[in-house]
Amino acid sequence: MDLSQLDLRLIGVWFNNMLAGAGLAPGIISLINWVVGALLLLIFALTLAIALIWIERKLAARLQDRLGPNRVGPYGLLQMVADVLKLLTKEDITPLEADRVTYNLAPALAVFQVMMAMAVIPFANGVIGADVNIGVLYLMAIGSVGAMAALMAGWSSNNKYALVGGFRVVAQLLSYEIPLVMAMLIPVLVAGTMRMNGLAEAQGGWFGLGWYVWTLPTAFLIFFIAALAEGERAPFDLLEAESEIVAGFNIEYSGMKFAWFYLAFFLNSWVLAAVGATIFLGGWQGPFVAQIPALGVIYFIAKTLLLFFIQAWVRATFPRLRIDQMMSFCWKVLVPMALLLFIAVAVTLKLGLPQPVQGVALLGLNLVILLATLALVSRAQKRSVGAGKRAFAPELPRL
Amino acid sequence: MTSADYLPILILILIAAPFAGIAILLPSVLGPKNPNRMKQEAIESGMIPFADARRRFPVQYYMVAVLFIIFDIEVIFLFPWAVSLNQLKIFGLIEMGVFLGILLIGYLYVWKKGAFEWE
Repeated sequence: MDLSQLDLRLIGVWFNNMLAGAGLAPGIISLINWVVGALLLLIFALTLAIALIWIERKLAARLQDRLGPNRVGPYGLLQMVADVLKLLTKEDITPLEADRVTYNLAPALAVFQVMMAMAVIPFANGVIGADVNIGVLYLMAIGSVGAMAALMAGWSSNNKYALVGGFRVVAQLLSYEIPLVMAMLIPVLVAGTMRMNGLAEAQGGWFGLGWYVWTLPTAFLIFFIAALAEGERAPFDLLEAESEIVAGFNIEYSGMKFAWFYLAFFLNSWVLAAVGATIFLGGWQGPFVAQIPALGVIYFIAKTLLLFFIQAWVRATFPRLRIDQMMSFCWKVLVPMALLLFIAVAVTLKLGLPQPVQGVALLGLNLVILLATLALVSRAQKRSVGAGKRAFAPELPRL
Repeated sequence: MTSADYLPILILILIAAPFAGIAILLPSVLGPKNPNRMKQEAIESGMIPFADARRRFPVQYYMVAVLFIIFDIEVIFLFPWAVSLNQLKIFGLIEMGVFLGILLIGYLYVWKKGAFEWE
């Protein structure tokens, strides 16, 4: 058996040949292709969300020395199915004071946003919803809709907690979008394309040595931190801080509408992990992927789940930040860091160094900027000891 | 590259939007309907809600929105430049340096003015 035949693209070729055999016009064939592709993407998204919720719940439980879901089905695998059925048959409640149209539109918009974002994610070489030449820009544009959905939910609920949550959503998502996009731009600089499949293609090389995470580790770090904030995950989950504003912007939502926000939250985390895997960890690139193209899917899913695992790990480990810490960390640390790195990388690329030297230069540059930032932050931190905002001054033990 | 490359996205919009909308409507068909005054009240942790929730809000949020607009437009401007970097001569690099330099002056001004301080 020829292993190079193990390619997902060949399914599409076979499907097209079958349709052409049935005597359909080429226009109709591509229309059918796109509709089938869109439906596959939706089904994949729903299945994935159920799997991700199970993974996250089980993982958080194990990290906190609990068992997690273990009653419904083997290892609690069917717990999410039971939850979905229950949420679907819950009463549909709309608060009397709420703005009805906006209130009901917000969860739909949240899910719509995350499904649209999945259109430009390359699962394997050429296996992508729409390989548009503005992939990264498209992701940025679609990502802003998520902040709008959360603000709509917070504003329309006419609840004080929800409104505070909505304000925090806007402040956090808008602020962290800038370092996120700047960090995504740095691989675009190196690869010279915004096409998602092109970015993954540019990271070929012997056993993953071409991945941008090796030459641009600081950009990846900025991306990952900003992605935690964009994904509304701990330690940046102030917008749903249970101890302060109960549940944040989605407090008035129940039943299926809440489930939609929940689904959007998990899928959004996964999409951010997938974008990180595509532009920094080589996407579907991996050993022997040229010989056996089907391996690309496995590599890609493994990388996204690794990033998702780290996100869940961070969520289960770190305490929440205060809002002033969160905002100043973004504007005073991440934004200048990303801007400086962007300029430095652009100048280095313009020097026209030969390939291995350029990689080493980029790596050195990244490490210098990372260490300099760490040194500056720790100096500023030492100077401001005791200047923190506390409700009361704790008595320090005398040593 | 033609605009036909964007057609799959249009198809996905046409499929994902009704999908997301219809699922919201499903519970009103499947679920029970027993509305009452207490259930439809806004939750305020056990207190009886008073006054409208939509009132004046801290000005910091507004500052963040204004800052975001400036930086977001800057980032958008960087996109085409980043893609075509290898076709640009040294003049293109200097041009972007000037642009980012002006932005940096504004950034330092905003920092000194204390727009990043959250009170």
